[in-house]
Amino acid sequence: MYAQLVKSDALKSREDMSPEERAFQDRVDNGEKIEPKEWMPEGYRKTLIRQIGQHAHSEIVGQLPEGNWITRAPTLERKAILLAKVQDEAGHGLYLYSAAETLGVSRDELLEKLHSGNMKYSSIFNYPTLNWADMGAVGWLVDGAAIMNQVPLQRTSYGPYSRAMIRICKEESFHQRQGYSIMMKMAFGTPEQKEMAQDALNRFWYPALMMFGPSDKDSVHSAQSMAWKIKMNTNDELRQKFVNETVPQAEYLGLTVPDENLAWNEDKQGYDFSEPDWSEFFEVIKGNGPCNRERLGARVKAWEDGAWFRDGLNAYADKAAARRQAASVAAE
Amino acid sequence: MTKKEWPLWEVFIRGQHGLNHRHVGSLHAPDAEMAINHARDVYTRRKEGVSIWVVPSRDITASSPSEKGPLFDPAESKTYRHPTFFDIPDEVGKM
Repeated sequence: MYAQLVKSDALKSREDMSPEERAFQDRVDNGEKIEPKEWMPEGYRKTLIRQIGQHAHSEIVGQLPEGNWITRAPTLERKAILLAKVQDEAGHGLYLYSAAETLGVSRDELLEKLHSGNMKYSSIFNYPTLNWADMGAVGWLVDGAAIMNQVPLQRTSYGPYSRAMIRICKEESFHQRQGYSIMMKMAFGTPEQKEMAQDALNRFWYPALMMFGPSDKDSVHSAQSMAWKIKMNTNDELRQKFVNETVPQAEYLGLTVPDENLAWNEDKQGYDFSEPDWSEFFEVIKGNGPCNRERLGARVKAWEDGAWFRDGLNAYADKAAARRQAASVAAE
Repeated sequence: MTKKEWPLWEVFIRGQHGLNHRHVGSLHAPDAEMAINHARDVYTRRKEGVSIWVVPSRDITASSPSEKGPLFDPAESKTYRHPTFFDIPDEVGKM
C-alpha cells in the first residue's frame, strides 16, 4: 500500500526453522512485540527495513502533490489546513524513518536508496494534482486507502513500527476528513465545481485501488510477511474493504464511481468492481508514471540544496561544543 | 580528597509488551549496569515492567517551564488539526 511491492522471503515451514526461529515465531504467534535489541531472523529485519523505508519514503514524497496547492488554496483557512496536513506527512515520515533506524540502517542510507531509485515509494504519488478538487480526492481516497492498511498495522509484531502506526493513525483521520469536506464543498457547489469533483474522482479512483498492490494471486511472498505479522491482511481483502466503505461516500456526494461493473453483491456482502489496469501499475512502479521524474527530481534537489544548511548547523554545533569544552578546561 | 558522589540516572520502564518506555523516576548508581540493577529493585518489585532504560540525568536536555507559552500555545488556534473540526454526516460512515 504505502509499501506496495515489498520483496520478502519465501514462507519457511516450522520443520525448516532453527530453534531460535521457532521460538521467535512462537512469540509472534502469541502476539508479543519484538523490540530492537532482541534476536530476530535476518529476513524479518531486512523485509521490515524495506517495508518501513518504503512507507517512510511515501510519506515524504507524498508531500509533493499536495504541496503543489498550498499557495493556491481558495481561502486562508483551506491554506492553513492543507499546510497542517502536509506538515503532518513530514512528521509521519520522521516516525517511520526512526522506526527503520532501530533495525540498524541509517537515515542517510535510506535516503540515498530513495534518491538512486533503489527503494520505491507508493505509485499513487506519481500522478499529478491538476486542480483544487484533487486536494479533496487525495485526502478522501488516498489517505482513506492508507488508513485501511495502517489501522491493522498498529498490531504489527515489530514494536517501534507498531507504535509509529498508532501515532500516525491518530493523526490520519483529520487528513481524510479534510479531504472529504473539500469534496462536499465542491460536489454541493456550482455545476462547474461538481464537475471538477467528478473529474478528480475519475482520475484518482483506479490509482487509489492500485495502492493496495497487485492482486493476491500475483503478490509475491506475502505469506512469510503475514506469518511474521508485518503484513496483516492480503491486498485484495483491503481493496475490497476500501471499495465497500468508499462507494457509499461517493453516492452521498452525488458522484459516480468510474466503473461500469460496480455492483452490490448480496452474497459476499460487498461490491463487485473492476480491477485497475495492472500494466499501468507496473509501468508507474518502474518509473514511467506521469510524474515519477518530477517527484524524485524534487526530492533529490531538496536534499542537495539543503546540504549547505545541514553542514552549517553541524559546524555550529561542533564549534559550540569545542567552546564549552575549552570553558570547562579553563574552569578546572 | 573529596568524596565522589554516584551520578543520578533517570529510569524508564516498559510496562507491557508493545508499549513505550515511560519515565518512572530517578536513582543514584556508580555506572549504567548498577543503575539497571537498582532500577529493577526500586521500580519493578511488583513486576511493573518488561524492560528498563536508564539515562544519565545530565544527558537530558529539557525545555524550560518559562518557554511553555511560546512552545505550545501556537497549537491552540490550530483546531483544524483535530478530526472533529470537520463536520462529516453520519450517513457516510465513520471516517
